[in-house]
Amino acid sequence: MNPNPYPKLHPGLNLGPAHGVAHEGSEAVLFGFWIFLMSDLIIFGILFATYAASTGPMAIAGGPRPTDLFDLVSVSIQTAFLLASSLTCGMAILAMKYGENVSRVKLWLVVTALLGAGFLTFELRDFASMMAHQGTPMRSAWLSSLYALVGLHGLHITMGLLWILTMLALIQVQRLSNKVKTRLLMFSLYWHFLDVIWIGIFSVVFLAGLV
Amino acid sequence: MNEERYERFHYIIGATASAILTVLAFGAMIIGEWDRTLALWVIGVSAVVQIVVQLRFFLHIDFSRQKREDLLLILFSLLMLTMLAGGTIWILGDLSKRMM
Amino acid sequence: MSSLFGRLNGDVTPFTEAFNHPSVSSLVAAGAASMVVVGAVALLILLTWFRLWKPLWRDWLTSADHKKIGIMYIVLGLVMLARGVIEGVVMRGHQATALQGGFLSSEHYGELFTTHGTIMVLFVAVPLVVGFINIIVPLQIGARDMAFPVLNQVSLGLTAAGAVLLMVSLVIGKFSTGGWTSYPPYTGVVFSPGVGPDYWIWAVAISGIGSTLSGVNFAATIYKCRAPGMSLMRMPLFTWTALCAAIMLVYAMPPVTVSSLMLALDRYLGFHFFTNDLGGNMMNYANIFWMFGHPEVYILALPAYGVWSEVAATFSAKTIYGYDSLVIATMAIAVISFTVWLHHFFTMGQSTSVNIAFGIATMIIAVPTGVKVYDWMATLWRGRIRMTTPMIYLIGFFILFVIGGLTGVILANPTIDYQVHNTLFLVAHFHNVLIPAVLFGMLAGIHYWFPKLFGFRLDERLGRWTAYLWIVGFCLTFIPLYVLGLMGMPRRMATFTNPSYEPWVLIAGFGALVVLMALIMVLVTIGYSIRYRDKLAVPLGDPWDGRTLEWAIPAPAPAWNFAVIPKINSRDAFSTEKEKGNPYVRPQSYDDIAMPKATAHGFILCVAASVMGFALVWHIWWLTALSFAVIPVALIARAFVRETEQLIPAAEIAHAHDAWLNAVWSTRGVTRDEEDSPANRGLAAPDGGPA
Repeated sequence: MNPNPYPKLHPGLNLGPAHGVAHEGSEAVLFGFWIFLMSDLIIFGILFATYAASTGPMAIAGGPRPTDLFDLVSVSIQTAFLLASSLTCGMAILAMKYGENVSRVKLWLVVTALLGAGFLTFELRDFASMMAHQGTPMRSAWLSSLYALVGLHGLHITMGLLWILTMLALIQVQRLSNKVKTRLLMFSLYWHFLDVIWIGIFSVVFLAGLV
Repeated sequence: MNEERYERFHYIIGATASAILTVLAFGAMIIGEWDRTLALWVIGVSAVVQIVVQLRFFLHIDFSRQKREDLLLILFSLLMLTMLAGGTIWILGDLSKRMM
Repeated sequence: MSSLFGRLNGDVTPFTEAFNHPSVSSLVAAGAASMVVVGAVALLILLTWFRLWKPLWRDWLTSADHKKIGIMYIVLGLVMLARGVIEGVVMRGHQATALQGGFLSSEHYGELFTTHGTIMVLFVAVPLVVGFINIIVPLQIGARDMAFPVLNQVSLGLTAAGAVLLMVSLVIGKFSTGGWTSYPPYTGVVFSPGVGPDYWIWAVAISGIGSTLSGVNFAATIYKCRAPGMSLMRMPLFTWTALCAAIMLVYAMPPVTVSSLMLALDRYLGFHFFTNDLGGNMMNYANIFWMFGHPEVYILALPAYGVWSEVAATFSAKTIYGYDSLVIATMAIAVISFTVWLHHFFTMGQSTSVNIAFGIATMIIAVPTGVKVYDWMATLWRGRIRMTTPMIYLIGFFILFVIGGLTGVILANPTIDYQVHNTLFLVAHFHNVLIPAVLFGMLAGIHYWFPKLFGFRLDERLGRWTAYLWIVGFCLTFIPLYVLGLMGMPRRMATFTNPSYEPWVLIAGFGALVVLMALIMVLVTIGYSIRYRDKLAVPLGDPWDGRTLEWAIPAPAPAWNFAVIPKINSRDAFSTEKEKGNPYVRPQSYDDIAMPKATAHGFILCVAASVMGFALVWHIWWLTALSFAVIPVALIARAFVRETEQLIPAAEIAHAHDAWLNAVWSTRGVTRDEEDSPANRGLAAPDGGPA
């Protein structure tokens, strides 16, 4: 059963021919955005590799170790927030794609933003409690690479929140114009991409660090 | 089933599968009490599977249809990532072994 | 005060230094600084005197036209080339007297080799290459502009911001002495507490982001904006190399962004990525940097190879030999170049097995490059060759680049590398690859495509002399460095004590003067050609009997490039049409064309990024925050702009295009015998074919 026989114009989310010009017009933009995300992926990849190479006793340098600092409950809450926000982000796209229901798109975007903000709150709380236990990035190479990797992801989430606010304002002004539709698709690619990166972070950093 | 419901169903499958895989990975911490290697394998495999699930159900990547050349972009990125990150771990791991 | 001005105070300029401690070295520094100041002031006065501010703003700085952006890139590259060459000459001059101690302080010498390297790679080669890709790719694939014209502006703005920081560092403060690679821990805050490494970090990081965005833009353009019928395997070879270089930019620039920002975290916030204490691992810096550094070399070289492919085919009047093999070789180089980075630090201490793996990969990458050289030579075989300026560069490239490439294969062997590591042999090697491949390629490209951009050719006689000067100057300057390297002379040393180096150092110093002459001759050639542009005019657009699409349109190319988007049926699309005998056809109808509107977006981001970099270098935090805040505000504001395109009415296009077509039909075409005469107005007559 596959009711989506129409051509895709670029990898990932597509609007579908029902959207005419917006569908065609998004081709180069979204493909370009994919390329940009791949470049971002390399940045994360290098930070992952640096982190993986900085977990030995030399890099910990007598400072706090993962077991001293990590809070698995908080990490699981963050994971739940982010996964839920991925789902609601998808719902926002469906609301746009089918029916072009402006208020539903906005509602789902607001829910996504709230979930993202929840993620960020717990992440910052974790950072604060780590720092209270000598876990500052200046303490050791391991902590430097930890903060760089997790912090960069958090920075991306922060930018994502800013992006959602901008999109809400943009939808207010321009409704679901062709450009807004393309931008929403871009945002959803970005947001799902961040969730994929987070899978790597909680597995490599937190779970593998505590096991 | 119409397209919208089909696609929504798609997202929900993805989210459910991701949730299960996450629970599995976190649950591996309990296995870790006895067998660290096994736990790491469970964490690693469920992470890879979850990434594939999210690519498939959230980002709608698949191997069908005519625009296959675009998918090469993602596979090529994975190749690059493997070379650069893998190379880094190989080089730095080797260096740190020789300094011990 | 320190919260207002950070580390800035009245003592940071070279003028105060020269006043307080007069010496040849400090006077040279003050002289360089005054050149920047005088140059800037002169520019301002000239712009005001000739009332050029408005045209500059309207037609250039806010333009989203890919050709204008490309020209600005090339101008930036040439300006920085002038600085880089002068620095090279000063360094060679210093070394020529270095047995007696030289005239520069060793710190000043350190600054010179650092800026020389940084400038030549990131602010000469990159802008020239990116500039040409910008100009030529849309013309070759039958597109009206880049996929993202405004992003293109932003890329230029960020690259220019990096260059601005480098120029400012001549006047305010001192640049890094840590080499263009900026290895910690030397560049860490413990050993280099000054502003030098900070200038390096922000110049590299900001311009690096610009290059990443360029790569995204080029790749999307080539993938998605080709004219109908232009399949991948029908693309001209320059476009192929541009595609591979673009993809490489996307994957190779992130490492340098990461490594420089990690270094910044170490220096600014006390992180421990690369420090000596608390677990820092400076070897990881070398590792990450060269993940960028090696592919970077091929990012620069591949488009130059693309130029050679175009030049060899056009000036031999033959289809390129081995198109498929050239494409495959290009792709192979692009991928393999990501597997060789460790050969830059064979001596760091890893196991033999690691060294061997990367050594073998390095040797393998010479194979596709060799394939290319054979293809170009086979293209010349039995062609109707004209020894024009680009061809002279091509011949120089053949001979010199093969030598440089072979020394690279020698260095790929780790055991040999241990012997000559960090000597002038290495310096000779990389100059021997980069100058003949990239610089000669870009100069050949300037001669080849100049008429397409400005509507007149460059003078051939002067062009040939310039080419000979470059080749001779190169040989005199860099061949001696091989000998010196084998004699054991280390690189980056301000002085030496072994008198047997002296004769070779003197020859190299003389060679540097010849190179300086060659650079001056480039400017003379351009100036002379501008003066006699009427005699050299080629308004009909096809001065060389070109083979690819860009020669099928008027010169200078109109803003919309193609009055009607062409349909492509073959490789060498324009050649095929000419062989059929009817290359110029009046279209049945014209349509309105939507072109990107001019916008100050790129310029605003350029200013914000420059100011932010400067404020970060000098620890002026309020200014950092302020200029950083401009960036998201500008990006968000841009999202709310509705009218991003302007419509050019069909009548205007019809008028311009018909006038050009009428001129084509009423002009006598020239054969290749008259290519170099004023009779060449840019219309090619059928030729006798290969002699």
